[in-house]
Amino acid sequence: MHIVDRRLNPGGKSLANRQRFLRRVKDVAQRAVRESAREKDIKDLGKDGRVSVPADGVREPRFSRQPGSGLQDHILPGNKTYVEGDRIERPPGGGGGGGGAGEGGDGSENSEDAFQFVLTREEFLELFLEDLELPDLAKRRLAVVESEGLRRAGYTVTGSPANLALTRTLRNSMSRRIALKRPKPDELAALEARIAELREGDPALPDLELSLELLRERSKRIPYVDPIDLRYRRFEPYPRPVAQAVMFCLMDVSGSMTEHMKDLAKRFYILLHIFLTRRYRHVEIVFIRHTDRATEVDEETFFSSRETGGTLVSSALVEMKRVITERYDPNDWNIYAAQASDGDNVSSDGPTATELLRSHILPACQHFAYLEVGDENGPRAGFVEHRTTLWRTYEGIAKSGGAIAMRKVNHRREIYPVFRELFGRKDARAEAEA
Amino acid sequence: MVGSLSRATSRSVSGSAEPLFTGNDWDFDTIRRIHDACEAVAGPELGLSWYPNQIEIITAEQMLDAYASIGMPLFYKHWSFGKHFAQHEAGYRRGLMGLAYEIVINSDPCISYVMEENTATMQTLVIAHAAFGHNHFFKNNYLFRQWTDAEGILDYLDFAKGFISRCEERHGHQAVEQVLDAAHALMSQGVHRYPRKKRPDLASEQRRERERIEHGEQIYNDLWRTLPSKPGAVRSDAAAERRRALLELPQENILYFLEKVAPRLRPWQREILRIVRLVAQYFYPQRQTKVMNEGCATYVHYRIMNALSEKGQIGEAAYLEFLQSHTNVIRQPNYDDRSYGGHNPYAIGFAMMQDIARIAENPTDEDRAWFPEIAGVGDGMGVLRDIWANYRDESFIAQFLSPKLIRDLRLFHVVDDPDEPELRVEAIHDERGYRRLRRSFARQYDVAWLDPDIEVVDVDLEGDRRLILHHKALNRITLQKDDARRVLQHLADLWGYDAVLKEVDPATGSVLAEHTASARPIFF
Repeated sequence: MHIVDRRLNPGGKSLANRQRFLRRVKDVAQRAVRESAREKDIKDLGKDGRVSVPADGVREPRFSRQPGSGLQDHILPGNKTYVEGDRIERPPGGGGGGGGAGEGGDGSENSEDAFQFVLTREEFLELFLEDLELPDLAKRRLAVVESEGLRRAGYTVTGSPANLALTRTLRNSMSRRIALKRPKPDELAALEARIAELREGDPALPDLELSLELLRERSKRIPYVDPIDLRYRRFEPYPRPVAQAVMFCLMDVSGSMTEHMKDLAKRFYILLHIFLTRRYRHVEIVFIRHTDRATEVDEETFFSSRETGGTLVSSALVEMKRVITERYDPNDWNIYAAQASDGDNVSSDGPTATELLRSHILPACQHFAYLEVGDENGPRAGFVEHRTTLWRTYEGIAKSGGAIAMRKVNHRREIYPVFRELFGRKDARAEAEA
Repeated sequence: MVGSLSRATSRSVSGSAEPLFTGNDWDFDTIRRIHDACEAVAGPELGLSWYPNQIEIITAEQMLDAYASIGMPLFYKHWSFGKHFAQHEAGYRRGLMGLAYEIVINSDPCISYVMEENTATMQTLVIAHAAFGHNHFFKNNYLFRQWTDAEGILDYLDFAKGFISRCEERHGHQAVEQVLDAAHALMSQGVHRYPRKKRPDLASEQRRERERIEHGEQIYNDLWRTLPSKPGAVRSDAAAERRRALLELPQENILYFLEKVAPRLRPWQREILRIVRLVAQYFYPQRQTKVMNEGCATYVHYRIMNALSEKGQIGEAAYLEFLQSHTNVIRQPNYDDRSYGGHNPYAIGFAMMQDIARIAENPTDEDRAWFPEIAGVGDGMGVLRDIWANYRDESFIAQFLSPKLIRDLRLFHVVDDPDEPELRVEAIHDERGYRRLRRSFARQYDVAWLDPDIEVVDVDLEGDRRLILHHKALNRITLQKDDARRVLQHLADLWGYDAVLKEVDPATGSVLAEHTASARPIFF
């Protein structure tokens, strides 16, 4: 008899089956995931990935007999009062005596018509963010997104002492010493001891002294470490993709921004954050809020506190530029910026903001998104859609070729579609349009 | 149930052997001691023979894994297993479903998976049940000996898994999935129910041909030539006859038929059909012996646990724990009980085994009249071993369900005829009813009777190549329409041309329903 402990075997043996299953129900699961993104708080996104799939897609049909057709026999245990020939009224619902008697095909269809299962957070986000892509990454990957790194690449015979590979060097030295038969220290010591033991005039003495002399000579000629033993660790430079990103959240916090608008902005930021963390190993966030002055704040203050004062968009841009120069070198960081505002701006600020964006901010950024948040009820009916000061300013930049993405959002259900529009994979979108 | 309890109270604790364990904890050493103690009972006392045991300790998650791949330690990948895993996992996490204490595999060596969270008593029970009870049954029952290859199954599954994953690499996941979907749909129509005729070799074929000619010469009479005949009809009949014979029609093993005959399948697709078919065939004996297999294992664990307790190798507390789970396992709710879900194979199996041992050892007059060949022979265990080797559920119940047990279970037979306004009680546990009850009860365990009887009857190879199948609608019970349509669609896809399924009433020959499907161009 053998006893085998399987408990330590790697788990997830049926992971491949699960992947096949998810692929099978992908369309449905994806729809469910997107729906839940619209309904739920974005904070809880992916926490409860319960998905219900209609049985049709995952039905495993078999030839089975129709319950309730034709003549059916039931053998039941526990007879109390019946005798042969008794008539029993048909129980409601058609089925056989005593409730179906557990026939194979019985009711299996009903239990299957909505199949529920739970997605893990990983699977959820995978479906949630599918076909989204970071914009313009390809262009920059060649030019800027890479930096040089060094990595080990074997050994070399030349190099600086700091890179000396000791183990390798000594290994070489040892094999050389063995190959050339360099006398070992204990051999010499043993010989010396023997000479010391022998008395003067012993006939063996001259021979021994001669061989000791020869051995000493030999160990002098064969050094312990020779220059040909030396090995140095070799490093070679390679292009290292920048695996870190910083996300700038800019928001107008002046009195005209309502809680609703801030909520919309927050949702957008959270989506962007989830998305970036999926793509980059390391993501930092910088919060900059502004009225007519801009300050960098922590998340708590950013979303909760309220300021009074005018609105000067360029102040936030100046602050962003300062933070970039101080901490985030565009060569090392992928910079993403998302600005949320209700669109108010002092009209005289337009040219300053344009200039700042065009010559400093946009060249440094991978992507700059402007989200104009509006009232919950949307633009009031009957009015021509009002274009805000800031919208017009940015529109000017976009028209003259600036890489800036702009969208308007009024209701939180529009956040996710807008986000998909901004980051949707280009070829996927092209296909959809074709 | 009553029997088991009364027996328990009358047992005497005479042994003074060292207990195998105390408390709930166990380690590998305990498991080994338990196994050896069970072996000492199973061999000399019960006379069982078994494949060498391999006991594997697994976690709950691994048990769920095993559930998803129908209990096998390795299996090919398919989405439906992922679906079952999700289903079981959801049930388990919400506490709706407990997991089995063990799973045992019909292989040589016989692998029993036992859960790590079982207590020491449960491990003893499980080892007695699976590693000796089921193991003995697998090794000795004629169906398993005839149809399954215990030595080769794991190697074959390994081959199947590798083959299908290579196919996925070469032909794409989707192509393989479509073949597997179709094959799975036809899985229960993929078994040979009877050993097939051996194909004659060339030499014996020649010999038979010669004999036939000689026989023809001997009985030749020129007078027959003068009989008038309808030349055209005879020839076409003969041609159809010959075609059907060549295709081995009618054929109830649809997967076999498609594997051998379907004109447009590629070799790898045929091989996949073969894999699914052989797996279905491997499991076919298990479907036919549920009651006996569980009855045998339950009876064996009951005997072993009692013997261990008598020797003092398990303590009082452990014995009570065993009794509690044993009575849970063999509980049979009455038909009007809310928890009734059909017959419990453990309950019926165990009750029948106990009943047979009773008949062999102290029979009543009634038993002598009903079972003259086993009543009073004395060696209950010997009778049981013989039965375990040579019967399946249907024949077992038809032969050995005793009037006493029918009375104990208070069985009755209800007929649901759609032409009548009410249900009719056909038989109850009385003198008039015993035999009829037993016959119809046995039939409920006849897999060939339970599965819809569907055969490929003909194919028009020269015309539109339409495949014709018949369902012999027993008692005019037709197939579930929706599923039948879907399965037929899969069948037509594999066949490559149209397929038609006629549901025929075997009594009158009238067609009750007809389904048709045309092949979709997905495989070719």
